[in-house]
Amino acid sequence: MPAIHYLLQDGSTRTIDAPLGRSVMEVAILNNVRGIDAECGGCCSCATCHVYVDEDFIDRLPAPDEMEEELLDGVASERRRGSRLSCQIMVDAALDGLTVQVPASQS
Amino acid sequence: MTAGLLIIGASYAGMQLADAARAKGYTGPITLIGDEAAAPYQRPPLSKGLLLGKQTPEGLTIRAPAYFAEQRIQLRLQVRAEAIDRVARRVTLHGGEQLPYEWLVLATGARSRPLPVPGGDLPGAYGLRSLDDALAIDAMARTARRVCVIGGGFIGLETASALRTRGLEVDVVEAGAQLLGRVVPPEVSDYFARLHTEQGVRLHCSAVVEALQPGADGRVAAVLLADGRRLDCDAVVVGIGVLANDELAQAAGLPCAQGVLVDACGRTPDPWILAAGDCARFPNPFGADPAQPLRLESIQAANDLARAAASVIAGRPEPYQAVPWFWSDQYASKLQIAGLGLPGDLRVLRGELEQGRFSLFLLRAGRVVCVHSVNRPAEHLLARKLIESRVQADAAALADPDFALKSLLEPGPAAALPA
Repeated sequence: MPAIHYLLQDGSTRTIDAPLGRSVMEVAILNNVRGIDAECGGCCSCATCHVYVDEDFIDRLPAPDEMEEELLDGVASERRRGSRLSCQIMVDAALDGLTVQVPASQS
Repeated sequence: MTAGLLIIGASYAGMQLADAARAKGYTGPITLIGDEAAAPYQRPPLSKGLLLGKQTPEGLTIRAPAYFAEQRIQLRLQVRAEAIDRVARRVTLHGGEQLPYEWLVLATGARSRPLPVPGGDLPGAYGLRSLDDALAIDAMARTARRVCVIGGGFIGLETASALRTRGLEVDVVEAGAQLLGRVVPPEVSDYFARLHTEQGVRLHCSAVVEALQPGADGRVAAVLLADGRRLDCDAVVVGIGVLANDELAQAAGLPCAQGVLVDACGRTPDPWILAAGDCARFPNPFGADPAQPLRLESIQAANDLARAAASVIAGRPEPYQAVPWFWSDQYASKLQIAGLGLPGDLRVLRGELEQGRFSLFLLRAGRVVCVHSVNRPAEHLLARKLIESRVQADAAALADPDFALKSLLEPGPAAALPA
């Protein structure tokens, strides 16, 4: 299973072997990774599963669709080039080693 | 060792409460009991992703099994609470086992309202509340050709959308004059009526169901309407609202009014019993009348009230005061609602109704109190902030697509428009 690294607000890192086909948000929630709220449960409605994707992976992910793009404008923490909604990033083998940073705040 | 925290109900409110109590520093034993077989799972995808085959039952799980051991939360499934002894502080389970508690939380949720007509419980008539319900509807949809959905609310319309997308013939029967009549203004209601009609769903509004009629095999074969019409079908899905599961609280002498009455921290008058989620009725500063407690069927309300209740248990009470919000996915359209509207509110349209990209702002005494957004997620997020900050807003400005909504949240002249 691909390993996903979550850089947390307190500076620590959680590494999780992620099952294929689930989203980076779901993997976080399942494993109690703090700082990803996902209030809407992962249906691209609330922008509270915002993460900063590591530079190396930004261009390897499919680009955000229109809905995600619009929601990223409304995230609580600063929007950066690597900003994504983790509910929209599906885990596949090519994402082994993906590193995402949890922002300071989701609301 | 204390008797600990006992939570009855293992869905959003119960799960969130257990999690928040730990996160806020509660160190006693936590027991979470649920009457279903499945570990806590996401419900919104039942009428959306699951019926469309986009999500598997396994994919709905909210927490990995390791979580419960790690957080020292004892999860007990297929367990039913039958009585509360408030004096002895213990709960009796079906089968007679007794569980003591220091703190008790009622997160018992709600159940589908049964269809109160002859034949309303025939085989082939489904409700949609639980994973089992959704799996039964999914199995039915593999063989049925024509389904009649009774109720034009969120559950009914999301189900109609999913079944129609799968190619079934779908009739929707709604007793009111409009779809979603209780929750959205006419513009939004009309938009969804048009959307469903364009997709080939047959809508029957102001239509009252008189009976469900069985076929030769004893399963439902037709819906009979009060005006004499007969809608033939292979199955019926009923989505006519829910009833709060407050019987346990009532029997224990706690005040209830279609929901367990609690304060903004989820407290009942019994200092050791709290309630949260669909079974609770609580004050909300964004209700039409803040003195009238509300029962909201939403994840957000369940999670937020559960967090407030957890703050009581952790010894640092923080009331729930958030702007309520809801959403619904139908076909490719996403409806998001922030705040609570009233029929008399001034309605201001921003965006393109015809194109299905718009927000309908509801103003009361010059303030934004509710916003219905269709395919405008960023406006929805802003709307929540506008309602929360109780800003005055000018109707013409809101309707102007070039007016930056964000400027209403900034200090300065734009935020100081006269009422």
